[in-house]
Amino acid sequence: MTQLQFDENGKLKHFLTIEGLSRRTILQILDTAKSFISVGQREIKKVPLLRGRTVVNLFFEASTRTRTTFEIAAKRLSADVINLNIATSSTNKGETLLDTVRNLEAMHTDLFVVRHNRSGAAHLIAAHVPPHVHIINAGDGSHAHPTQAMLDMFTIREHKGDFEPLKVAIVGDILHSRVARSQIHALRTLGVAEIRVVAPRTLLPTGVESLGVVPYYDMRAGLEGVDVVMMLRLQRERMTGALIPSPQEYFNLYGLTPDKLRYAKPDAIVLHPGPMNRGLEIDSAVADGPQSVILPQVTNGIAVRMAIMALILGGSADNARGRRAEDAA
Amino acid sequence: MSSAIAVKGGRLIDPANGVDGEHDLYIDADGFVAGIGQAPAGFVAERTIDATGLVVCPGLVDLRARLREPGLEHKATLESELKAAVAGGITTLCCPPDTRPVIDTPAMAQMIQSRAWRFGYAFVHPLGALTRDLEGKQLTDMEALDEAGCVAFTNALAPVIDTLVMRRAMEYAATFDLVVFLHSEDPWLRANGCCHEGEVAARLGLPAIPEAAETVAVARDLALIDQTGVRAHFCGLSTARAVEMIAEAQRRGLPVTADVTAHHLHLTEDDIGDFNTQCHVQPPLRSRRDREALRRGLVGGVIGAICSDHQPHEPDAKLAPFSESEPGISGLETLLPLTLRLVHEGLLTLPEAIALLTHKPADILGLESGRLNVGATADVCIFDPAERWRLTEDRLVSRGHNTPFLGAEFQGRVRYTLVGGRLVYEADVPAGG
Repeated sequence: MTQLQFDENGKLKHFLTIEGLSRRTILQILDTAKSFISVGQREIKKVPLLRGRTVVNLFFEASTRTRTTFEIAAKRLSADVINLNIATSSTNKGETLLDTVRNLEAMHTDLFVVRHNRSGAAHLIAAHVPPHVHIINAGDGSHAHPTQAMLDMFTIREHKGDFEPLKVAIVGDILHSRVARSQIHALRTLGVAEIRVVAPRTLLPTGVESLGVVPYYDMRAGLEGVDVVMMLRLQRERMTGALIPSPQEYFNLYGLTPDKLRYAKPDAIVLHPGPMNRGLEIDSAVADGPQSVILPQVTNGIAVRMAIMALILGGSADNARGRRAEDAA
Repeated sequence: MSSAIAVKGGRLIDPANGVDGEHDLYIDADGFVAGIGQAPAGFVAERTIDATGLVVCPGLVDLRARLREPGLEHKATLESELKAAVAGGITTLCCPPDTRPVIDTPAMAQMIQSRAWRFGYAFVHPLGALTRDLEGKQLTDMEALDEAGCVAFTNALAPVIDTLVMRRAMEYAATFDLVVFLHSEDPWLRANGCCHEGEVAARLGLPAIPEAAETVAVARDLALIDQTGVRAHFCGLSTARAVEMIAEAQRRGLPVTADVTAHHLHLTEDDIGDFNTQCHVQPPLRSRRDREALRRGLVGGVIGAICSDHQPHEPDAKLAPFSESEPGISGLETLLPLTLRLVHEGLLTLPEAIALLTHKPADILGLESGRLNVGATADVCIFDPAERWRLTEDRLVSRGHNTPFLGAEFQGRVRYTLVGGRLVYEADVPAGG
């Protein structure tokens, strides 16, 4: 559907959403990320792939983890990085958004990493920047968070290998979750056996089945026999909108406890995009337990974001790997 | 004062009078229809329009067009939009009261009419505010506004949240047999929504408006209409279920009518694609099933008019993330082409389509416009039903270029528009030119 992120030769120009990416492209990014893992383990954690390039982290919405991992990823690729946190409010108009971008692009920025609280913000910017400027979506409203989904796929692949046989459950506030939407597109494209979404109906979008998932309202039934449990963060502000009755009731019904996790396969892994609300959507015993891969997710996030930046700015991923090999030689 | 005009050789379609055939139309110097088929005795045409191959019909009556003046002149002006109206074959239009200031005083109503009169393009009939400043609290001086030329009363897109106020407004309007225009949408269910609650909202993660936002409000309003007996008109239906509810109310004999916008008959939520803000409208574009029901409602007579719901915007209004962009389509110049498309698709006959744009909306307003019998005001639209053309920005007369139909190909283009017997629009380039 989304043609905006490809150039006229079909090459990925922006990274806005997983929707529309081929299985090949996704696997290519995962392979490239794999080759970048070692960079973080070296004493000198830098490759010169993006030397002389300018990356602007343009965050209209607060973030620590995502912004930091993007910054580290860009620096490890030797890019110059500028972080801009622009306080935004619902009254902030799009003109301001595009004007902000135009001003920064006049400073010869090569890549914007954009986070905004409105769905479609990254698309809007991508549609209005000159051809040499690239956009990576670091989260737009409830729409997409494609780099998060990619690092989740990387983490699943590290632990589970093939995607085809996997049954995956995504649990929590699907309605407002950009992470869930991107995960669903990625998992579908990678051909997993089954995707379940587990939540009360107030936290599921109407027509969620059209996304290719099976809704479950009972968490134990939803986790029965799954290989992967992907938890979502429940925003505190959802407490006030009559979406759930109370944190206690939510935790009792949809919080991931060791008891509920027992319904999944014994070797099931647990992911969470962070930051976690311990005691609300996840019990500490699970978050810190042997099935949790939550911290490796963060580490993998750097390599995955390096791979995406390299793919978009540095030519093809093969090319990127080649240049990295030359550097290592 | 105009000059006597003969329109010769065209296919005259005047659905109100059951006319459809090759008849010449004679217009006297006072701007009235003087003869059909045969020139009245002693008629001397000062100008003859050769309408061979063209359709001659009453000028279109548009139930809702925002002209943006006063208060929002950065979007458009009376002059710019009235020129656009006649370029679209529209000779009479209703201006909703959500100008700044609001049309809630006779002075405002008169000011808009007199300014429009001075430009001399289309006739403008103001819709008076139902409540002061559209706040939903205090009734306006409806009788005085009626005297000042308001043809109906509405709170426009601002909801009357307090049901008691709505009841009183309807009762008061019913006292004087005034028509109330309703935009039935429950503000709580709408919340901060910006598109239909369905597959597209699920995919794009946009705040959504459920079908019930319309049906809950239509149900409330129908109950109040039932009790007060007010003549009510439902504006811009968007859901299949609301069409059913109105049909049922009409069967029970309630004095209710309804319209639909031209774009809701063609577009669905799918047209939003990847955040196309040109498809951000209120009420939202809904599912294919809803669109089919709106079309059936039109054919079955439940929906009695097609309107443009013209809302011109400056470009920046649409250059924002979808939910922050301003809703609305610049629709004056696509009202006729989009309606003709329904004829090409086999949904309506040409006379049926013209009726929905002329005497039927006029009847809802209680106006005599929209018909071309001898003695009627000569508001005439003459269009080439065969000409194919593409909508481009430089073709648009409206200041608002906000339309999802840019680049679309249409068949049927306005060639001449007459208002009160005066030629107010003539297309520059003839067919094929």
